[in-house]
Amino acid sequence: MPEISGYAFPNDIHVHWSLMIVMYPYLTGFVAGSFIVTSLYHLFGKKEFQPVARLALGTSLCFLAVAALPLQLHLGQPQRGFSVMVTPNFTSAMAGFGILYSFYLVIVLLEVWFVYRKEIIEAARRSRGFKRKFYAALALWTYDTSPEALDIDHRAVTILTAIGLPSACMLHGYVGFIFGGIKANPWWSTPLMPVIFLLSAAVSGIALLILLYQVTARLQRRAVERETVQSLARWLWFFLIITVTLELLEIIMLAYEHSEEWAIIAPLLTTRLQFSFISMQMIIGSLIPFILLAIVVLLAAYLHDRIRNTLTIAASLLLLLQVFSMRWNVVIGGQLLSKSFRGLRSAYEPHLFEKEGILTAILLFIAPFILLYVFDRVLSIVEPPAPGGHEREGERSASPGQA
Amino acid sequence: MDDNRSTRRDFLSNAITLGSGAVVFLSGTSLAAGEEHPAERYDWEAHRYAYVIDTTKCIGCGSCVRACRAENEVPDGYFRTWVERYVLSAESSHVDSPNGGLDGFPPMQAGFAPTKSFFVPKMCNHCKETPCIQVCPVGASYRTRDGVVLVDGQRCIGCGYCVQACPYGSRFLSPKTHTAEKCTWCYHRVTKGMKPACVEVCPTATRLFGDMKREDDPVRRILEHERVAVMQPHLLTEPQCFYLGLDKEVR
Repeated sequence: MPEISGYAFPNDIHVHWSLMIVMYPYLTGFVAGSFIVTSLYHLFGKKEFQPVARLALGTSLCFLAVAALPLQLHLGQPQRGFSVMVTPNFTSAMAGFGILYSFYLVIVLLEVWFVYRKEIIEAARRSRGFKRKFYAALALWTYDTSPEALDIDHRAVTILTAIGLPSACMLHGYVGFIFGGIKANPWWSTPLMPVIFLLSAAVSGIALLILLYQVTARLQRRAVERETVQSLARWLWFFLIITVTLELLEIIMLAYEHSEEWAIIAPLLTTRLQFSFISMQMIIGSLIPFILLAIVVLLAAYLHDRIRNTLTIAASLLLLLQVFSMRWNVVIGGQLLSKSFRGLRSAYEPHLFEKEGILTAILLFIAPFILLYVFDRVLSIVEPPAPGGHEREGERSASPGQA
Repeated sequence: MDDNRSTRRDFLSNAITLGSGAVVFLSGTSLAAGEEHPAERYDWEAHRYAYVIDTTKCIGCGSCVRACRAENEVPDGYFRTWVERYVLSAESSHVDSPNGGLDGFPPMQAGFAPTKSFFVPKMCNHCKETPCIQVCPVGASYRTRDGVVLVDGQRCIGCGYCVQACPYGSRFLSPKTHTAEKCTWCYHRVTKGMKPACVEVCPTATRLFGDMKREDDPVRRILEHERVAVMQPHLLTEPQCFYLGLDKEVR
């Protein structure tokens, strides 16, 4: 039984939303965040993101594939989970899940198809036997690679990205809305919640891509583009600053207004969430990456590539922890305080082996990377050299100064 | 609900006897078959229930909590109703509810000189504008025409969103059924003309259950003529559980 300090309503001592509900926004955050990167290339013409555009799209799809699993694992009656999709109650924010999830899934699948259509056709032409049939089926048995068809592909990708970006933002903003719309819980109930969720999704997505880009480049013996890392770091720094500013603003507002909820939120932050909020989310997860990225962004001209890569990797790893801590502090923190506003329960500690436990969470986190590996085997995460030789793709061996 | 279950069981036994069970069941006419259940004569348009708790009368005996547990098979550690003890002075306060008041209240040392103390029974407020119904993603939580907020345990997916949305801590996810559960005002009893179990056993008439569509109803009289309060009125959930003698310390 959890220990209670003060007085909690007798039903308020249970943490019903477990580690799985922490994992859900964490995983969807990568979906939205990596799609933002892909759209920076496809939609906003940021050419420096070309080496990660496909990786970002693949990452978004692979995380999307597992994003609903933690929810399903959490449900008390998982066999009825599908009724959220087929017979939603539209007054519920949660009912939006089916619509947003399915819509975004369709958009991403379509976008993947249009981005890869040419290579799929080429792969079908090159291969024999089952592999040929597989790629032919992926190409929907249409082998049109005329310049007009490719032009249509290109336009379709732009349009789909233009639809996909707001969809991804909605998908993740909606996760924040789930919490922000609960007026019973002062730690959740703020209109800032969807915005904070969305911005921290961008942070986690870009951080993950910085890591994935550098790791896959090394594994596949490709050069790490200086400008790509530099630009990703710049955007990461930007989103980190806005996210942390809003996260702090929310708390400063509560403290400044000093209304009745602050009486319970202040002890929540300084006792129960002392480690996960102050130490992890704010100091280790925000302040240190802020400094590391500041060095990368402000001292770009003086940095050796190896140092730049190391700094961005360190900052990205810490930011993955920051975003996880943020999800934890919101989801779990909100359940440690009682709605009596008089009591806090002791910390929630998930077990290693249980349906909604730590091992399940780890497997859920690993699953998208396995999917991404499969994705890369079927559709490469690297854009092939353009006809006539793309200058970037020409550099197959590591150039001096590039790790 | 138990009513539905027994109706379906009755029906099934009849239907199997008739040898056409499956066909009739699938056609959806199942409930029309079989013997008429007392609750089927019940007209929910003819009632609108309300509940009054007179905190000045509660002695903290915990009979209501025990009766609720027995009547509704409430799992251990979870509560459809509970009683809170407030021990207050001008400067200090102590609030507790040991095991929800199930075993009454043992003597306590407040650590300050209390100047007043009282008990407050709590339960689902059966709000008119309730967030729990609003947030249910599958419509398993609903409000009956006679004003009772219920959960359809056959439809609930056990997501727990309603538990989070209830400002009063009245709901929980049952470890037995893995669905949301809460006070039903003993709907299986009140639709047969009986009182909720907690009202039935209350020795001091702290708890009153009434029908606003009956002119001579004592609860209706109290709501029309006394000064009543509701829990957390600023949330505008329009609770249908009203309190007499509420203190500012009670939330």
